Amino acid sequence: MGRYVIKRLLMMIPVLICVSFVVYFLMDLAPGDIIASMAPPDATPEQIELMREELGMNGTVFHRYFRYLKGLLRLDLGQSLSQKRPVADIFFERLPRTMELAFGSIFVALLIAIPLGIAAATHHRTWLDGVSMTTSMIGVSMPNFWFGLLLIIAFSLHHKWFPSYGADLGLKSLVLPAITLGTEQAGTLTRITRSSMLEVIRQDYLRTARAKGVSEKMVIRKHALKNALIPILTVLGSTLGNAFGGAVTTEAIFAWPGVGRLTVMAVNSRDPNLACGCIIMFSLLLNVTLLVVDIAYAYVDPRIKAHYAK
Amino acid sequence: MEEKRTYDIAELKKYKKRSMLSEVWRNYKKSPSAMVGLVIVILLIVITVAAQFMYVFNEDIVYNDLKNRLLSPSAEHWFGTDQYGRDVFVRIIYGAKYSLSVGIVSVMIACGLGMCLGLVAGYYGGIVENIILRFCEIFIGIPTILMGVALMSAFGQGLGVLMLAIGLVYTPLFARTTRAAVLPVRDAEYIEAAKIAGCSDLEIMFKHVLPNSLSPIIVQATMGVASGILTASSLSFLGLGVPIPTPEWGAMLSEGRELIRDYSYLTLFPGLAIMTTVLSFNLMGDGLRDALDPKLKQ
Repeated sequence: MGRYVIKRLLMMIPVLICVSFVVYFLMDLAPGDIIASMAPPDATPEQIELMREELGMNGTVFHRYFRYLKGLLRLDLGQSLSQKRPVADIFFERLPRTMELAFGSIFVALLIAIPLGIAAATHHRTWLDGVSMTTSMIGVSMPNFWFGLLLIIAFSLHHKWFPSYGADLGLKSLVLPAITLGTEQAGTLTRITRSSMLEVIRQDYLRTARAKGVSEKMVIRKHALKNALIPILTVLGSTLGNAFGGAVTTEAIFAWPGVGRLTVMAVNSRDPNLACGCIIMFSLLLNVTLLVVDIAYAYVDPRIKAHYAK
Repeated sequence: MEEKRTYDIAELKKYKKRSMLSEVWRNYKKSPSAMVGLVIVILLIVITVAAQFMYVFNEDIVYNDLKNRLLSPSAEHWFGTDQYGRDVFVRIIYGAKYSLSVGIVSVMIACGLGMCLGLVAGYYGGIVENIILRFCEIFIGIPTILMGVALMSAFGQGLGVLMLAIGLVYTPLFARTTRAAVLPVRDAEYIEAAKIAGCSDLEIMFKHVLPNSLSPIIVQATMGVASGILTASSLSFLGLGVPIPTPEWGAMLSEGRELIRDYSYLTLFPGLAIMTTVLSFNLMGDGLRDALDPKLKQ
């Protein structure tokens, strides 16, 4: 198990280096010169060149990238040009907010998806199944920034229950963004819960459990759900991993001070170090989440644990 | 005797005609939700094409009519008018072509590239497969929307760039789906037979392997149009998609957002349009999956 985890962690290194390469070169393609825009309006070309050198932005894109990579290998994400502070400081300052939103939304998603998915599976081919499948399909198809705006209209403009922007009011601020993001995630989760439960429900051991007199509630909760958990965990893992970085539109609507919006800002202000740093960190977070999910499999399913040990 | 034989062949031909496509259609028809999806998609395409003949871009879509600004929905202006006095209904109908074309063209790009990569990976296996899969892993590790943002800022705004950016973002997904679909076909006996018969690798890949692993790709493509439309509208909403005053739905939503307090219909209708379109493609994809592989149906 330990060896498996170490192997997976080592495999992340080349992936992250490639991500940094792709993003750094994309940022270089973007029109606009951040150094020239940072310089005072009356600066001579020589002064701009001097500034470029001071900030380590001189030379061709390859030179700059290798300088950046050298820092990266020493776990240094570099300096943000637009904010003139270390990228790591800026990122970790905002990360807790994004974590709040990610976990909050997953909580909402599970709250909707697990009961709905189970109900759909246990009442297969009834109206309940139809309703839950239609709702989940609508959840997947809805642009979540639109749903967020509808929530704002209803619950912060019409009824003044929750704030429409910012993260200053603690849990109260989190409610609407978490519901916005959570409903989007719930769609996929409901469908996977349903199909995974349907698969399990037909197994012989459930019939055995019922035959020996276990109550239906216990059959579903203890015997069926536990065995249906692996596909649900897989989807949950990638959903959570994506929520760390992919909640850009939700963060934009609610002016949520998270890292998703920070990245868009960094890209728009042509700040290569900040944009690269953020995207590398997302990639790392996503990969670590997927690894944690894989480790969680081992606890859910002893057969997988035996496979890892090999 | 002779006559009876010809009759048999005609009968056989009839059966042959009813094969693959009509079989799929027969299964597809059984699902009411899939049919709803199909009808809406056809309706959307008809409306989009009709709108191009009915309205003129400069006269009906981008103009100022400040006398009639911000009128509530009424019999004359079904969805009301926006802050420049432009009819929201007309703009939404005319704007359908942006969302539809972005969704469809980006999927064509992603599907074309991804299918080739996936085919090569699945067919050759070994180190080629390893490299392609790792390559996909890198791109799947970057959130779709952020990759979209980075690509859009690198190549500039515009419809073509938007299509290309979304196409590139979704390519690894298609590559993975294709590879997974190719794997079980690769070792089939008829592939072996084709090799022995002297077919070239390219011929085998495109003539024998691909047609037999097409079902999951078709489903992925239909669903891909849906998510492509969603991603495009998200990017436009963030101000990175199609530049204003183009009546792209995401951009219209973003414009309406500033007036959300008093004129909520400006955000309501473009959002509904996006949702209906995406929903209908998703319903179609769902129906196609069941129709193409009845075993999967639960």
